[in-house]
Amino acid sequence: MANILESVGEKTIEHLDYVGSLNIQWWATVRAMAQALPFVGNRYRWKTTVRQMLEIGVDAIPMVSLMAVCTGFIFAMQGASELRRFGALRYVVDLVAVGFTRELGPLMTAIAVSGRSGSAFAAEIGTMKVTEELDSLRVMALEPLEFVLAPKYLAALIAVPCLSVISNLCGILAGGLFMFFSIHLMPGLYLRYVFNSIELRDLVMGMIKSVVFGTIIAQVGCLEGMRVHGGPDSVGRSTTNAVVKSTFLVIIADAIFTAIFYFTAKH
Amino acid sequence: MAIISVRDLVVEYDGRRILNGLNLDIEHGETMVLLGGSGCGKSTLLRQIIGLEKPKSGSVFVKEVDITRCSKSELKKVRRSIGVAFQSAALFNSLNIEDNVALPLREHTRLAPSIIELVVWMKLAAVGLADRGKLLPSELSGGMKKRAAVARAIALGPEILVLDEPSAGLDPIVAAELDELILLLKHTFHMTIIVVTHELPSAFLIADRIAMLYQGSFSSIGTKDDIKASQNPRVRHFLDRVPEDITRTPVTEHFAKYLNSPEANL
Repeated sequence: MANILESVGEKTIEHLDYVGSLNIQWWATVRAMAQALPFVGNRYRWKTTVRQMLEIGVDAIPMVSLMAVCTGFIFAMQGASELRRFGALRYVVDLVAVGFTRELGPLMTAIAVSGRSGSAFAAEIGTMKVTEELDSLRVMALEPLEFVLAPKYLAALIAVPCLSVISNLCGILAGGLFMFFSIHLMPGLYLRYVFNSIELRDLVMGMIKSVVFGTIIAQVGCLEGMRVHGGPDSVGRSTTNAVVKSTFLVIIADAIFTAIFYFTAKH
Repeated sequence: MAIISVRDLVVEYDGRRILNGLNLDIEHGETMVLLGGSGCGKSTLLRQIIGLEKPKSGSVFVKEVDITRCSKSELKKVRRSIGVAFQSAALFNSLNIEDNVALPLREHTRLAPSIIELVVWMKLAAVGLADRGKLLPSELSGGMKKRAAVARAIALGPEILVLDEPSAGLDPIVAAELDELILLLKHTFHMTIIVVTHELPSAFLIADRIAMLYQGSFSSIGTKDDIKASQNPRVRHFLDRVPEDITRTPVTEHFAKYLNSPEANL
């Protein structure tokens, strides 16, 4: 019994330590981020940020779009198969539009970015640590936080919401295609239904979520990289941890935000 | 006062003592070689001198600033006067050699890009890599990477140059070229140079003084001639390349007994 309590306590402290480290790193990165901004910051840092934005955002567009189109189709088909029985096929539009803007767009994007960029952050920073590149930055009187982490975080904050918008559009477009081929609903009418069903609140909720998801992915990826010890095998473990932990935290954060928005909404 | 002073430095990792109260003074313009076998604490001492780690107790003064206790901004100021070339070269793989060398200049000076380009070319020429600036680190040989790391380390014209195992993993000819480079830098720029190595010919060629480490303590500190003439058994073992008797440790003694026992010869 004592052993079980001991191990539970140890794990709890470990997790609290991890969350604490994430918060400390997040705050330190936010403070260092001014240097990565355009015009007011260091222009080399902004250049790095733009390069990161291309890697996180532009390079991920095909994958995110394809995932959103497939999910849009699946969502519309599953919804249609149930709603058809009640003669409520028209509500598939609401289901897809609201479902994507509030939930699926940001979530699918976060999962894709976590797999692509979260792991890449951990691998890149971990390798820099193993090969003493982070140490060489420190001895050149440069802060790794400002030089490496801040551009990545800023890029994620900009790229993830943009990808979420693309994901929303692709998912809704896929729903429209399904409706056109299944009940011959014309695109113009479909779009009118979409605009009628979405509220500003849904869009804001989706954007807030995607900013939080971007923060989680960037911070977990960077922290896992910074925690690398020893040799290259440790880098491999850190990339796996980055994907697993960021996906887990994204889903937890999603549940919390959805609950907050649900209970604060006027029904 | 010495440019670098180490006072009663104690370093422990997970309760295991790595450095046992070291004291060392390094004078302006001197080339100090930290010599010793693998795992004796040379690189740990070096990391303390460049402020990458905090000791358990003791102090490291660089230009009269105690870098174990100073503020972050003071440490940054001190670090600008130190150039470091790591054992692995630690070049940024995403940048070409020119950009690697230009990095400290872009970050710490307000020089015009054309001037930075010129300074980079001069530093690369000093290490014999003037025509390799556009290459990525992955396209260079081991020796060239180390020379590029030295070029980056001297980019800001530091007062102190720190080299961690510059000739490790290199063939004797390339290692000799690096030794020549260190001597050239010493005579041209009059820098204080600290070199960590376990290569005896290299140490005796470039050093003004040698500090020999053994299990976290200095077994001897002196000029090349002092070290060569030393009768300290630790120093003599190292210089005469006498291997330590590994069967004297408790584990290996037990293993040796087992090998000689009848059970092991079944």
